[in-house]
Amino acid sequence: MTQFIEWGALGKIVVVSLAVGAGLPALFAVAVRSLAGPGSRDDAGLRSRPRVALALACFAVVVGAIATAIVIIGKGGH
Amino acid sequence: MGNVSEPVLLVIVVVTALAFDFTNGFHDTGNAMATSIATRALKPRQAVLLSATLNMVGAFLSLTVAATIAKGIVDSGVITLHVVLGGLVGGIVWNLVTWVLGIPSSSSHALVGGVVGAVLAASGTDGVLWSGLVAKVLVPALLAPVVAIAVSSLGTRLVFRVTKDVPQRDNDRMFRWGQIGSASLVSLAHGTNDAQKSMGIILLALIAGGAVGQDSSVPFWVIVSCALAMALGTYTGGWRVIRTLGKGLVELETRQGLAAEASTATVILLSSHFGYSLSTTHVATGSVLGSGVGKKGARVRWSVAGRMFVAWLVTVPAAGSVGAACYGLDRLAGPYAVIVFLIVAAGALFAWSRLKPVNHANVNDAWDEDDGAASTIGESIVDHDPSLLSGAPKDRNEPIAQR
Repeated sequence: MTQFIEWGALGKIVVVSLAVGAGLPALFAVAVRSLAGPGSRDDAGLRSRPRVALALACFAVVVGAIATAIVIIGKGGH
Repeated sequence: MGNVSEPVLLVIVVVTALAFDFTNGFHDTGNAMATSIATRALKPRQAVLLSATLNMVGAFLSLTVAATIAKGIVDSGVITLHVVLGGLVGGIVWNLVTWVLGIPSSSSHALVGGVVGAVLAASGTDGVLWSGLVAKVLVPALLAPVVAIAVSSLGTRLVFRVTKDVPQRDNDRMFRWGQIGSASLVSLAHGTNDAQKSMGIILLALIAGGAVGQDSSVPFWVIVSCALAMALGTYTGGWRVIRTLGKGLVELETRQGLAAEASTATVILLSSHFGYSLSTTHVATGSVLGSGVGKKGARVRWSVAGRMFVAWLVTVPAAGSVGAACYGLDRLAGPYAVIVFLIVAAGALFAWSRLKPVNHANVNDAWDEDDGAASTIGESIVDHDPSLLSGAPKDRNEPIAQR
């Protein structure tokens, strides 16, 4: 079968895809939860600073990943 | 343009390549936008407009176009303009057949299939590199959905676990943006990747026809016309395919949509990055399935998925038969006859699609199962012959629900 499947490339694709392709949505979910999950707002309806910071950090990583992806597309490396 | 050997043939090939580019855009809109349309993150028309715009931008984003076609799959020495023409028509006809049947199927595989068929007709079995065909087309078609299902189902599971106690309204509101962002990325990647394929074909034709030099770069008009043809195709919206992907496999909500699109974008970009290209269509379909697998209690219509897998496996032989027939027709009656055949076949398929139209207005209607659908599709695929397709389809067996 080795002549028909490039196991090396496939292995890398699976591992990195699982980390990135499932990790980024999970990170996005963490951001959403920290902004809108239970306990995200105090009695006055305001969000606590650490939760907002966590959300922004997560979103920043996601935006960074999208920017990286656009660079990869532009390089034609795909 | 000093010594163009067969100017008429060259023009025909270029126009046919643009037509293929159009069907490519129109067939693949769903890969990027089906989930966003199904979850109502975007209105159907907004979605196709966004996708078309990004396809167009993508086409200009990278200009590393290689003048190769079916590299490593057929012997490059046997590719002539006649072979390319047969291959293109085979690809277009298969794209249209799968569109009428509402099956997402890989445009690149259709083109490869058409070319393989034309090569077989032109120079026999020696012209085809069979192990290349298995390794580069058949096996990836089986692997791509498996990888995508794994990634997307894990992503969906994690997302649902993290956000299970977030109010649904907030989830929908925020995940909507993530979904639009990830779908846009898929559109952009598609524009870059697939428009370049058509540019490559046209460049190859221009070189083969003697219109430009051997080491010429892509003329600007080729870039513009390919970008336009694909964007126009995308904007037209292959609603039948969008419907199957967005509604037929899994009932989607925005959180699944985000997980699926993120998985699609990641797997496509990484697979090309690591030099093992997987088809966008197969990855996108797998991601949608995975988002159903990963959500507890979600129902996945494996029967619909099964039909797609069958269609993917017969893409090469089916498009190849048309490609071979067109090559024969070309040799017997000239390229004009091939064009007439293409127009008649496309017209017949379009007429067939009008019997049960799917458009932006009914694309999100509830999905009705129809037990007879599988047999009709199987039949059309097995007896794949464009002349049969112009006949009246058995009415109730159309897979698209009409309401």
